[in-house]
Amino acid sequence: MNMIQAINSAMDVMMERDPDVVVMGEDVGFFGGVFRATAGLQEKYGKNRVFDTPITECGIIGVAVGMGAYGLRPVPEIQFADYIYPALDQLVSEAARLRYRSAGEFIAPMTVRSPFGGGIFGGQTHSQSPEGIFTHCSGIKTVIPSTPYDAKGLLIAAIEDNDPTIFFEPKRIYNGPFDGHYDTPAKSWAGHADAQVPTGYYRIPLGKARTVRAGEALTILCYGTMVHVVEDTVRAMGLDADIVDLRSLVPLDIEAIEASVKKTGRCLIVHEATRTSGFGAELMAQVQERCFYHLEAPIERVTGFDTPYPHSLEWAYFPGPVRIREAINKIMKD
Amino acid sequence: MTDPDDHGAVQGHEGRNLPPLRLHVPEPPARPGESADFTHFDIPAVDAAPRPDEAAAPGTMRDLAYGLVRVLDADGVAGGQWNPKLPPETLLRMLRTMALTRAFDARMFRAQRQGKTSFYMKSTGEEAVSIGAALALSRDDMCFPSYRQQGILIARDWPIIDMMNQIYSNKGDRLKGRQLPIMYSAREAGFFSISGNLTTQYPQAVGWAMASAAKGDTRIAATWCGEGSTAEGDFHNACTFASVYRAPVILNVVNNQWAISSFSGFAGGEATTFAARAVGYGIAGLRVDGNDVLAVYAATRWAADRARANAGPTLIEHFTYRVEGHSTSDDPTAYRSAEESSLWPLGDPIARLKQHCIALGIWDEERHAAMDKELAEHVRDAAREAEKNGILGHGLHHPMESLFEDVFEEMPWHLKEQQQQMLDEWKAAGL
Ligand SMILES: Cc1ncc(C[n+]2csc(CCOP(=O)(O)OP(=O)(O)O)c2C)c(N)n1
Repeated sequence: MNMIQAINSAMDVMMERDPDVVVMGEDVGFFGGVFRATAGLQEKYGKNRVFDTPITECGIIGVAVGMGAYGLRPVPEIQFADYIYPALDQLVSEAARLRYRSAGEFIAPMTVRSPFGGGIFGGQTHSQSPEGIFTHCSGIKTVIPSTPYDAKGLLIAAIEDNDPTIFFEPKRIYNGPFDGHYDTPAKSWAGHADAQVPTGYYRIPLGKARTVRAGEALTILCYGTMVHVVEDTVRAMGLDADIVDLRSLVPLDIEAIEASVKKTGRCLIVHEATRTSGFGAELMAQVQERCFYHLEAPIERVTGFDTPYPHSLEWAYFPGPVRIREAINKIMKD
Repeated sequence: MTDPDDHGAVQGHEGRNLPPLRLHVPEPPARPGESADFTHFDIPAVDAAPRPDEAAAPGTMRDLAYGLVRVLDADGVAGGQWNPKLPPETLLRMLRTMALTRAFDARMFRAQRQGKTSFYMKSTGEEAVSIGAALALSRDDMCFPSYRQQGILIARDWPIIDMMNQIYSNKGDRLKGRQLPIMYSAREAGFFSISGNLTTQYPQAVGWAMASAAKGDTRIAATWCGEGSTAEGDFHNACTFASVYRAPVILNVVNNQWAISSFSGFAGGEATTFAARAVGYGIAGLRVDGNDVLAVYAATRWAADRARANAGPTLIEHFTYRVEGHSTSDDPTAYRSAEESSLWPLGDPIARLKQHCIALGIWDEERHAAMDKELAEHVRDAAREAEKNGILGHGLHHPMESLFEDVFEEMPWHLKEQQQQMLDEWKAAGL
């Protein structure tokens, strides 16, 4: 399965198991979503459980809060993560805090799916990575898969979870892994070990990182599309790096991070989102607080720049192999 | 004559024979020191508003969004097509509930002035809006209120001590002292957790109603916001969803004419009515005398029956007047005419129902005075009881570590760590 099929399968499995799971969003019903992630679900589960919505992201999330309070498990789709901003108030002030403010009387057990990230020439409005906004807000979980297998297992866990969860889908790798070499032909998930996705139910607990590759030379913390770019760059460099795919940012697998950095003594952080106040800053702070006496070089980060996401210069902006290699060389110098 | 070819050639209005454009900034009819005047406010007769069939198409009842549904006339006589013809015990229950709400407000307002809590908001003069609606709904219908519908909880016989505990943020507060006073939550009473962000409850109510419909349930939802808050995007998102899916929901707009110091003109009230917001969405819209509890009851009952018949949502504008300040932090004499509240021609909801009951021969002034006295004692006693659980800032609060509970269903490591750190710091400081 590719990642879209795996995501579709996760919703299918959960809708089959739990009659309270509903899927909603712009174009998700009859058409099956602009990326086809919800294809076939309306046919199978009916319009009461899979339906198109008006184009109002704030309305979609506000309605999902009410549905969650009723007792359903809504899985709203925001067509592109760039359009999550209109819904911020309902996500941050309402969904994320409902349990706390009502001392558990009401909850908003929703899973907001949204394709995110760049690398598809999507310009400013189809490329952003807003995860840092949500990790900064208490009461909401943020999950980002990097493989079809993980996407399904994590999405199932998110839908079963009683807290609101943002599930960001790295759309650059929907159809195949991406090594950052934008000028070579696109790859496919076919034949990839991580694309061996069981058709039935399985879950990957939220808050557990994945060791992509174990090594001794340095730790690289990454998630989403970056996992593949990092992996390929490290392989090309012939480096013995410990690559940690975080999988979820909140809750964060701090034990895996700490263990890896204490083992290697060096740490690189890679994400697509803009740098200032990005999640990388939090990772740096955590590593600094916990592993300071084990560090042999300053922690580095490769991120998107603090500019709006560009169109024609997308590859200059994207944290690709060139920038990752330079950062690794810098860390390994000392 | 305008030369069609000169567009873009001339900047500003010089050289063009056109009057300069003007921005209209609304101004209320009267400011402090000026005399308020409601004489031009047109009050339609009690029998002017027809009562359509509950399942009628919205387009056929357009006029109801511009008129005024009334039951009680100026003499307290009930009439017209909307007269719900309630039995005496219901009328007296309404009267008592409204009076209890007013007594509760008076007591809690005083508690704030005495420094026992940080904040309070009265609903004086607007009691009919909550209580008329609450009695017309089923107890298990879900209400998504704003902050001025304490009357719903009281009408649903929720213990006022519990409400006071919340106001005092004390150890008896079921919300563990996390919410601003009056931001109640009572799931068992069908009362949704109140948000301080205006109008966010609107799409949530629609979502709850949609869920109920999708599940084949029979319960409906109702929500309330102020007329000022109708300008929020959430109001319009909610109307779109309610209309599109014919959600079994009642959308109430409480037009008390003031949004803190801004008059209703800033929410668009000069141009049209708030009930007329429904027209553009293809929703049934009713404009109701919000100080006439029988009209509120009748309209809500009609809307509830409509929702239960799968005929869709209703938007009800309750035309009323905010007699008191916006909250304990507000001084209305700074921005509006001092006499305005006493001149509001639709009167006081309690006085009007009292007059009606007396005219029916089921009530009299002596009984009313005795009731007021009894209710004042009741809230005083309840407040004393609640104060035993603590008042704001006096130490009788929930344990410190509860600060970290309920952020997530299970506490993640980073919150446990912060919780422990806080406890260690307090201990190290010798506290
Ligand atoms: C989103 C948001 N903006 C601003 C405020 C501050 N605020 C609280 S009440 C209020 C006025 C609301 O007026 P209205 O909706 O007419 O209700 P009323 O208080 O008159 O009952 C404002 C501006 C808020 N709570 N939330």
